[in-house]
Amino acid sequence: MDFELLIVILIDGLVYSSYLFLVAVGLTVIFGVQKVLNVTHGAFYAFGAYLTAFLIGLAANGGWPDSGGFLIILVSAIFLGIVLGIIIERGLLKFLYDRDEHIVVLATFAAFLVLEDAILLIWGTDPYLAFQPLALLGNSEIAGLIFDNYALTMIALSFVIAFILWYGLNRTQFGRVLLAVIFDREVSMAMGINVTKVFLITFIIGTFLGALGGAYHAPIISVQPGIGVEVIVLAFAVVVIGGMGSIPGALIGAIVVGISRAAAVHMLPEVELFVIYSIMALVLVFRPEGLFAPIKARKI
Amino acid sequence: MTRLFDKTFWGLTIGLVALFVLNFFLEEWMRTIGLQTLSRGLVAIGLLILWRAGLVSFGHALFFGFGAYTVAMLQIVGVRDIFLLMIGGIFTAGMLAFVLGFLLRQYRAIFFALLNMAFSMILYGVLAKVESLGSTDGIGIEQVTFLGINPGDDNYRFVFYIFAIVFAYVSAVAAHWYLKSTLGMMTMAVRENEIRVEYLGYSSEKAIHSKYIISGLLAGAGGVIMAVTVGHVDPDSMVYWPVSGDFVFITILAGTGNVSATFIGALVYELLRTYAFEFAPEIWQLILGGSLLLIIMFLPDGLWSIRSEWRHKRALRAANRAQASSEE
Repeated sequence: MDFELLIVILIDGLVYSSYLFLVAVGLTVIFGVQKVLNVTHGAFYAFGAYLTAFLIGLAANGGWPDSGGFLIILVSAIFLGIVLGIIIERGLLKFLYDRDEHIVVLATFAAFLVLEDAILLIWGTDPYLAFQPLALLGNSEIAGLIFDNYALTMIALSFVIAFILWYGLNRTQFGRVLLAVIFDREVSMAMGINVTKVFLITFIIGTFLGALGGAYHAPIISVQPGIGVEVIVLAFAVVVIGGMGSIPGALIGAIVVGISRAAAVHMLPEVELFVIYSIMALVLVFRPEGLFAPIKARKI
Repeated sequence: MTRLFDKTFWGLTIGLVALFVLNFFLEEWMRTIGLQTLSRGLVAIGLLILWRAGLVSFGHALFFGFGAYTVAMLQIVGVRDIFLLMIGGIFTAGMLAFVLGFLLRQYRAIFFALLNMAFSMILYGVLAKVESLGSTDGIGIEQVTFLGINPGDDNYRFVFYIFAIVFAYVSAVAAHWYLKSTLGMMTMAVRENEIRVEYLGYSSEKAIHSKYIISGLLAGAGGVIMAVTVGHVDPDSMVYWPVSGDFVFITILAGTGNVSATFIGALVYELLRTYAFEFAPEIWQLILGGSLLLIIMFLPDGLWSIRSEWRHKRALRAANRAQASSEE
């Protein structure tokens, strides 16, 4: 194998990894705190992508500078995080925390179906393109191949988000409270922590991250129906590989999946579609809790 | 002898006779709905058996799709008889469940659900790449024969419908008897406390394995019926993950109280889907998801719980009356 191919696989892999990380991190945050496997996440992603693509298109027609696209990405992710987060958590999950975990997954699946159609109702079936931020940053040449700078910024964004989450969880008051809630919900409630509020804030953060994933991808993909369905299983795979509820796990899981998919694309394209799920199955076989999940005592 | 006085058995038998008579009056599109109901109902019975053991699979489209694609593959080599196709579909799906069962029986809760999903997505990835099976476009299924007899275009659906209802009837009765047997009753024991089951001398892993195989067989059979009904198989409508979600949807809708409720659940699902698609094609997923949410919120044990609740109320009223009369 020559050196150039290695570089290409590495960079392609990292770009794809950061794509996966952005999608999966919100899912893992929500699972870690609320123990909810949130299928609705796919719809958050799709909402983020649609709203951003739509607004960027509007801004371009209105003659705004292209750099405004980055502001649009951030603002729409925050907006969706707050609106959808409150709707889903307060309107649905609140009633289901004491129910069987499978029921909760199914309820989020149902909410996912509803939101998917809501997207179609709002934005229709035509694909949206929002290439302005992509065009603005141009390309650069690495090892004789051309990469979009925009895709490369995604890698940086992933590391920034990973760092912020790590810092927030380990070095702030809210992070400490969150760890207490993760460890034991009832005891932290008895200690005077407002668990309802913690759950709501966590869910809003998770929703924001899902929407941000979609919003940041909007310029490099064609925003069309079905993107949410595709993304959610990928995010599941990453989260399962890394260990559900673990943020470093999501990072490692994304890198493992991203690099191996890039390797498959460049060396053995036939297996591209299922290499991710094969890794997921393999990891589950040997480490069912995922690579990074904490070991739990068995309750009898 | 108690088997003969079993209400569910008689209920299913009456259902069979009613469907048989109805077959003479049905329109073509109704028959299609009926066939799809039976197909999804069979898969949901398999999921019901797993559900009773406390396990939910988000990947039974794996066996469903395996059954359906077995039909396609057997037709390529020239097998066209429904009996052979059915045996082939059940056999391959069952073998797959048998092999995977050794692994999956060690998993519980969400890990079981997701590992199943991973396997179904692997199959999806493989099928989307195999050119000889039409990759993402899928492949057409020709008309089948019945023990070598070709009923002709006019009677084809009519005969296939009879085959499907008899097959579904036999499967449902067998599943019902299985659930009432010692091995079947163990599902609930496994769900409640596996360690106690082990101490009583049963292997809960073996119990789960056998249930997994049964659910795989049923899902394979459902896939065969669906493939022949639709006349076409493709990865998106047979193996993709929302297909598995639909099966779990039906199980929730029907509740896990009774085998026959599963078919009612499947019918309600099919009607919801058909009519939502007919009258509101833009929002049919919204209607489907909305009704699922309503069921989860207000009927947590499914449609079957309406009946149990009604009986419960009646018993309560009778008890109150008895008390009142004794006080007089």
